[in-house]
Amino acid sequence: MPEKQRGRYAALAIAAVVIVVGIPLWWKTTETYRAWLPFSEISELDSLQLQLSVDIEVVFSRGTLTPEQQKKFPLSHVNEKEHQVDAKTGLRYKYETRYRTATIMEEDALNQPTAAEADLSLHMLSESSCGSVVVYVIPESSTLLPEVRFRAFVYFYILKSLLKLIMLIPAVYFQDVKVYVGQRRTALLRSPPFKTSWNLKEVLSNLDVEVEQVVSTMSFGHQDIVAALSNRVRMTKVTKESMADSMRAIKSSPGYEITFSLLNPDPKSHSLHWDIEGAVQSYIQPLLNKLAPIANFSVDSQILYYAVLGVNPRFDNSVSAYTLSADSLSHVINPVEARLGSNAASSNPVLNFLLYVPDAHHSPLFIRDHSKREVPSNAFHSPRWGGIMVYNVNEMYGPEAERPVDININMAKVMGVFLAQLRLMLGVQHTHPPTGFVLQSPGSAGLADWELDRLLWSRSVENIATASTTITSLAQLLDQIGNIVINDNIAQQVSSAVTSLQSAVAELEAGNLAFALQYSREAILASERAFFDPSLLHLLYFPDDQKFAIYIPLFLPMCVPIVLSLLKIVSEAKKRRADKQAKSD
Amino acid sequence: MELREFINFPGLTFPGLKITLLKPDIFFKQWYSWYSKIHSSHLESPLEVFHNHVYRLGIPDSHIVLMLADDMACNYRNPKPATVFSHKNMELNVYGDDVEVDYRGYEVTVENFLRVLTGRLPPSTPRSKRLLSDDRSNILIYLTGHGGNGFLKFQDSEEISNMELADAFEQMWQKRRYNELLFIIDTCQGASMYERFYSPNLMALASSQVGEDSLSHQPDLGIGVHLMDKYTFYLLEFLEEVHPASQANMNDLFKVCPQSQCVSTPGHRTDLFQRDPGSVLITDFFGSVRKVEITKDTINLTSPVEPPIKRSGSSDIQIESLTYVDQLPVAEIIHQKPKQKDWHPPDGFILGLWTLILLVFFQTYGIKHLKHIF
Repeated sequence: MPEKQRGRYAALAIAAVVIVVGIPLWWKTTETYRAWLPFSEISELDSLQLQLSVDIEVVFSRGTLTPEQQKKFPLSHVNEKEHQVDAKTGLRYKYETRYRTATIMEEDALNQPTAAEADLSLHMLSESSCGSVVVYVIPESSTLLPEVRFRAFVYFYILKSLLKLIMLIPAVYFQDVKVYVGQRRTALLRSPPFKTSWNLKEVLSNLDVEVEQVVSTMSFGHQDIVAALSNRVRMTKVTKESMADSMRAIKSSPGYEITFSLLNPDPKSHSLHWDIEGAVQSYIQPLLNKLAPIANFSVDSQILYYAVLGVNPRFDNSVSAYTLSADSLSHVINPVEARLGSNAASSNPVLNFLLYVPDAHHSPLFIRDHSKREVPSNAFHSPRWGGIMVYNVNEMYGPEAERPVDININMAKVMGVFLAQLRLMLGVQHTHPPTGFVLQSPGSAGLADWELDRLLWSRSVENIATASTTITSLAQLLDQIGNIVINDNIAQQVSSAVTSLQSAVAELEAGNLAFALQYSREAILASERAFFDPSLLHLLYFPDDQKFAIYIPLFLPMCVPIVLSLLKIVSEAKKRRADKQAKSD
Repeated sequence: MELREFINFPGLTFPGLKITLLKPDIFFKQWYSWYSKIHSSHLESPLEVFHNHVYRLGIPDSHIVLMLADDMACNYRNPKPATVFSHKNMELNVYGDDVEVDYRGYEVTVENFLRVLTGRLPPSTPRSKRLLSDDRSNILIYLTGHGGNGFLKFQDSEEISNMELADAFEQMWQKRRYNELLFIIDTCQGASMYERFYSPNLMALASSQVGEDSLSHQPDLGIGVHLMDKYTFYLLEFLEEVHPASQANMNDLFKVCPQSQCVSTPGHRTDLFQRDPGSVLITDFFGSVRKVEITKDTINLTSPVEPPIKRSGSSDIQIESLTYVDQLPVAEIIHQKPKQKDWHPPDGFILGLWTLILLVFFQTYGIKHLKHIF
């Protein structure tokens, strides 16, 4: 009957439309938009093989080598060391050493009376690239390096010469200065005694030990690099010292906020004036300018009145002064921190430097260390937070002075302490040079070039390690949770992070430290932006019973008639075939 | 729901050094709505913990994120406005002068909670609303409110499931946003919330097992709601004994509120925690002691080229006074004439209403009768 036929066709057509059009449509519209991510490249980044290349130049000045020994110059030599930190992270250190003789101009520069002046003139001649080390080998008898470090120079000189004549004791026993490390990237090394009969190879192997010592002081150390990898690697094999260093230094961040606060608990007695703007310009800004490749810095200052330390100092009769013991210092910071303002607009880490001028009744106030001795700087610091200095003003006025007393704070002294604390906070590693080394003081910038290089090495490695873990964990997360929407901008950030990371690793291999740091900064910025994008919230988590609860009322009423009619068609077709079979029999 | 976070920085002990490096923790609290049927306002619990204990033990306000879904102190039903008391004797106002509520009212949502945990906040979010922890931070999360098997209620209309919470913690771990995390939950069937955790260094405490209800402690007959939950009450009693140098450890915390006192059976989970709970101090999470080092080296700086401005005398020096920028021209606003509003044609609703009136009119009277009217 045509009615039944039409019905059958209708049911079949509806079923066909549901299956062919409906299901794909439903699938497409309930799909979350996920832009394409370079998952394969990201999984490659999971295992990190870093190669750090250092360019070392060893320059022999006149009088250190015989012409025979000098014939083979210029010569270069590569030394590689490998360390497998853990299953996924490997380090390779490549030291490329070039040996040559000094030019005429360099000889002139080395003829200066003192080592500091020699260092300055050498620097005028050529600028060494970021991350490299230049060692000038000067003759053993040169007077450029002070022979002894003691004040009683003449005495020891005579004594030493006499003893040398008598007992032929080597010079190093009297703590001669072997190496002078300058403010930039050069070091002056006093040549160890060479026999003229040695060939070049023997000379160089003899010298290698000394050069290696210089390089390990001026360039990165293995422990520092491993500590910088703490984001990737579980810290079990790190020394206590570098662990302390890594815990003290603030984590790598694109920007920092430095806040200087003057705490005046007693404005009735003291009217304090501090030229903070000038002090920051002259003392702090040069350091920050030098550190500009690492991060952006913003400096602000404030004055807090009636701000007290949370701890009561004890009066010590022996020195007739108030003292703060080392144990009570840890309780000082928290109450004060509550009163300090900070820039609410940025979420950069803040480094606070507080200058506390004790009130007239509790002056002078001194800090005692754990052995109850006086602390010359009268300051203490807390890792990753900042520092506090106590500045006593009771000696600047007599009891008859009119209150409030005008007091000008000596910013040079204050900034000397704050600068030292700032260096520690920012991660400038402590160097313990071997005996016989003299390090030139950093000067107005507060940071020597080679110290900056060390910081750049550990920062680049830290940035690369952090960015790679961020990207790989983001990829893992997006893979695991299928419901998160991946927008185009996130995909773009991820791709740019991956390319920056690859570039940074390549630049490190090539030895271009400045570029490596720049790429690593870009990588970390892009990866953090991608990871912390507000749109990546997985609010689409539905437990299975909820999914059923939503879909059943929608689809079941629609599917039931279709399925039943299909079943009916099938059963009718079966019956017809059975009838036909019966008829044909 | 109301939540409170306290951010603590981490504690790491060096073998051989006596000072422990500790920083404040993150502490979450969740509160339940005021108009509850079974256990009412758990509001006092987080406030009490905050005001009395965590603050006392050294965690500064900048390291606390407090989320309160209800504003009890300023609720019109509160007979003593701007105060919240934890005990019916009204001895202690836990809503003191310095309580800083970071998320209040409708801002307390599952989404915001997860955003704070994972750090995926829009760039315009201020510092006080962010969880600025790092890989050395110990975080304490305290939630209280209404919950069930595998979920916790927010604002009476939303829930957070244990799977979402576990995923959020895993993301925090991936991004190294915590060193160790202590999770305390005081709701019905609270143990179900920590069943699904899978990230390392998590320790969890709950007030009741799956299938049990957490009960509240004492009612205030004046307002008609309960003041605190039993578990929280005994937890706070325990915390009274803790002072900054206390050596009480986690095993003592697990013994708080046994079944005889709480009716429900408190549970805990320590299998994901790497250290032995007996060696973990309460102050690692509830308090904060900063590690301090004496500054030994200083840098010798020479005075700058220009000498500093000598200020002599006191009263007759006029320092240039600083004024606030005139941000809002108040004088103009006060004397402003009301703005001329542009005329807009009548809006859809008015048109519709008039059409309806006209239709009814014509329906009733018919067109042909019109000439009798006009």
